[in-house]
Amino acid sequence: MTALLEVRDVAVSFGGVRALDGVTFALQVGELLGLIGPNGAGKTTALRAITGTVRPDRGTVTLEGLELTRLPVHRRVRAGLGMSQQLVRPFRAMTAIENVMLAAGTAKTHAPFGALLKRDRGPEREKALAHLETVGIAEAAESAPDSLPLGTLKRLEMARALALEPKVLLLDEPLAGLNHVEARRLADTIVELNRGGVSIVLIEHNLGEVMRVCSRLVVLDNGRVLGDGAPEAVMADPAVRTAYLGAGAGVEAGHA
Amino acid sequence: MEYEITLMTLAGIAVIAALGLNLITGFCGQISLGHAAFYGAGAYGAAMLTTNGVSFWLALPAGALVAGALGLVVGLASLRVRHDFLAITTMGVGFLFIGVVRQQDALGGEMGIYAIPDPGLGRLGYMVLVVVLAGLVAAFSLYLKRSWMGFAFDAIADDEDTALMVGIDVARYKLAAFAMGTAIAGVAGVLYAHEIKYIGPDSFGFPESIAMLAMVAVGGIGSVGGVAFAAVVMTVLPHWLQVVAEYKLLLYGALLFAVMRFSPGGLAGLVRSWRTRAGGFRIAATGKVEP
Ligand SMILES: Nc1ncnc2c1ncn2[C@@H]1O[C@H](COP(=O)(O)OP(=O)(O)OP(=O)(O)O)[C@@H](O)[C@H]1O
Ligand SMILES: [Mg+2]
Repeated sequence: MTALLEVRDVAVSFGGVRALDGVTFALQVGELLGLIGPNGAGKTTALRAITGTVRPDRGTVTLEGLELTRLPVHRRVRAGLGMSQQLVRPFRAMTAIENVMLAAGTAKTHAPFGALLKRDRGPEREKALAHLETVGIAEAAESAPDSLPLGTLKRLEMARALALEPKVLLLDEPLAGLNHVEARRLADTIVELNRGGVSIVLIEHNLGEVMRVCSRLVVLDNGRVLGDGAPEAVMADPAVRTAYLGAGAGVEAGHA
Repeated sequence: MEYEITLMTLAGIAVIAALGLNLITGFCGQISLGHAAFYGAGAYGAAMLTTNGVSFWLALPAGALVAGALGLVVGLASLRVRHDFLAITTMGVGFLFIGVVRQQDALGGEMGIYAIPDPGLGRLGYMVLVVVLAGLVAAFSLYLKRSWMGFAFDAIADDEDTALMVGIDVARYKLAAFAMGTAIAGVAGVLYAHEIKYIGPDSFGFPESIAMLAMVAVGGIGSVGGVAFAAVVMTVLPHWLQVVAEYKLLLYGALLFAVMRFSPGGLAGLVRSWRTRAGGFRIAATGKVEP
């Protein structure tokens, strides 16, 4: 059986810095995969190599057997990737709901002159509101992004990715900026989405939630894959404990 | 009356040209300092036809086509550059256009093209044609703004990288903006050539490009009503005040800078913030400007 998303031997460098050094992992259909590792391990860079925002020096990325490596970002998104970024990037001149509506309208924005002939935004508004409700920020729908706190913007970022109705949802620290209760609730939402059929790669520093919701973990350190497998097994690996948590630390150590 | 008709005609032509630039700069967020080149391309293209006996009604769409085709080429070249560099590239296109026109005997060289035939509509009839076309361009702009194309333009003007992340083919949309905006400038050029009956390289130089950009900025980047209003005022003013005519480039250049620096929303932005303060209701900020 071929994986839904396959990252094979991807290397990325920024100037002299080797951010990824031959990373290989795969996401199976229906999985909720946790991608973890210390600060600067290369997690964000790995997702950016998948979406095409950074160009790898070598390696390939395939989605459902389709080679993405040479496709531009928007084509990869249309092939089925949706990403919620670590550093939020809302369209600041739009309201929160308009941000999500635009993503919900990919069928209408496909080609410029086709888009010129379409005006109705009603169905997209309804869908967008549903996505905002899913992530629990429907009350912020008509607000300008600049007036919203980080926790809300992180969830807006996730709602916008959801609106793309992706086959693979890439989430880069969606729980950052949320308090304990909100984080737990959003983690539950992520599980529900996953049960609803969306395959997910989740980058998260909140290890408690990661251990609770993920079915498998991939650990990155220094641009290399250090561990890959069932959460308990991976976290029990001495190499992972040493590199990631510091010698002797337990999973309960929480924030890395 | 003759004088008012002439002014009104010229103002209508400026509205068309400025609204064309507004599609590119206001809606899609791509600065252009060479819009007069496309205005000129339309003028020269049509004048070449009508002075050789072709009907004005054929020359009008032909001028739009020539300008739009040139706009598409410049758009393609500009895909690789961003913001500041786009300003320099488009400025270069403006100078290149003038340089080429000066060297071409076929285009009248330094002397330009004169004795451009009258379309035969009469002074008033021609003014009506210009005003109707200006109205159509304004209506089209308003329509576009509310279409999904306008929605995608909003995203590109706001943040290109994020637009890609929601599946928007940024390059194609930019090309569409350039093609449409420059074709509209071409229409304005055709109308100008057949109003003045003479065109030369100096009719479409850098000062004209700056004046058009100033109209868009002063009116309020992206605001159709604001840009049309600014285009009318800034066209009429030099005819009424000799000083404005003499120092046009300096004045409009300074105005452009002042707006970018102190009121990036232009007149439309000022009106919006007055209303907000007076009425006490909040309106989300629109339109981001790259100074
Ligand atoms: N655009 C960039 N230019 C230069 N260096 C970069 C760039 N992006 C990332 N890096 C470097 O690449 C390495 C990996 O960074 P990355 O952001 O992928 O780490 P991360 O695992 O996501 O970390 P964090 O947990 O802090 O988000 C780091 O050393 C970082 O400084
Ligand atoms: Mg990161």
